[in-house]
Amino acid sequence: MRIGVVTFPGSLDDRDAVRAIRLAGADAVALWHGDHDLHGVDALVLPGGFSYGDYLRAGAIASLSPIMTEVIDAANAGMPVLGICNGFQMLTEAHLLDGGLIRNEQGRFICRDQGLRIENTRSDWTAGFAANAEIVIPLKNGEGSFIASDETLKALEGEGRIVARYIGGNPNGSLNDIAGVTNARGNVVGLMPHPEHAVEAGFGPDTDDAMASGVDGLTFFTSVIAQALVAR
Amino acid sequence: MPTIVVEVMPKAELLDPQGKAVAGALGRLGQTQFLGVRVGKRFEISIEGDADAATLAAVRELADTVLSNSVIEDVVGIHVQDAPSSAVA
Repeated sequence: MRIGVVTFPGSLDDRDAVRAIRLAGADAVALWHGDHDLHGVDALVLPGGFSYGDYLRAGAIASLSPIMTEVIDAANAGMPVLGICNGFQMLTEAHLLDGGLIRNEQGRFICRDQGLRIENTRSDWTAGFAANAEIVIPLKNGEGSFIASDETLKALEGEGRIVARYIGGNPNGSLNDIAGVTNARGNVVGLMPHPEHAVEAGFGPDTDDAMASGVDGLTFFTSVIAQALVAR
Repeated sequence: MPTIVVEVMPKAELLDPQGKAVAGALGRLGQTQFLGVRVGKRFEISIEGDADAATLAAVRELADTVLSNSVIEDVVGIHVQDAPSSAVA
């Protein structure tokens, strides 16, 4: 399986996403924001960072990039797309996911290991988790507070489209403790925390067993690989 | 040069952490007469020729789709002025 990672001006977690994909067992393909070409990939990751300096709104200018035409078409045709942090912001700006992300409630940039509960295990990116699995992966953002209208929130909750919820305290004021959502089809997922930073022992969050040994993020990437095999 | 001004504000019902931080700073300066501050954005778009109906319609469309995100913001004003703004005397 080939998974593309799009680099935008100001992306900074693209290399970590590439590494996570390789560790999960797929081929990573580097894609460029200025191209109109997905190079035949089977899935896509929009990585974290601060594309275009977060000018206008976080993810807004990147969501208008040339390659987003192809990303939006592919997503609408069912290709698995994972947006992490800035990538999540791009997916909301591109209207592939509901809601929006605004500045953290307390006005500070948050960087910490964060507990999450995986509440939707039907999406392409979370199918490998046990129902209501509790995991820890890094969270680092300044504009991670998820908001949506009452109506949208009701739909997200009612249709089980909340992929991940913060546990152990809401870090940024996100409504209903929402850390990640998916679309109705379950192929497009947006997450504020960073699974790609918790994929290799020695470089992840601390666990009860050992320092920096947390690899809970890997399951997002192995999930999409397993889903592709089932689909075939 | 005719200039079209577009003003965008965070939705009224949303917490505006930026405005809250500014309001807090004013309070710390002893300026306690202000009830609150909200921070928005102002875009000044320079155009060639007159701001005709077609141009204004195009700006309205861009204001709704690019300059603002209706999930979190409202376009609160679009107007035309003769030139880009300069400092008040």
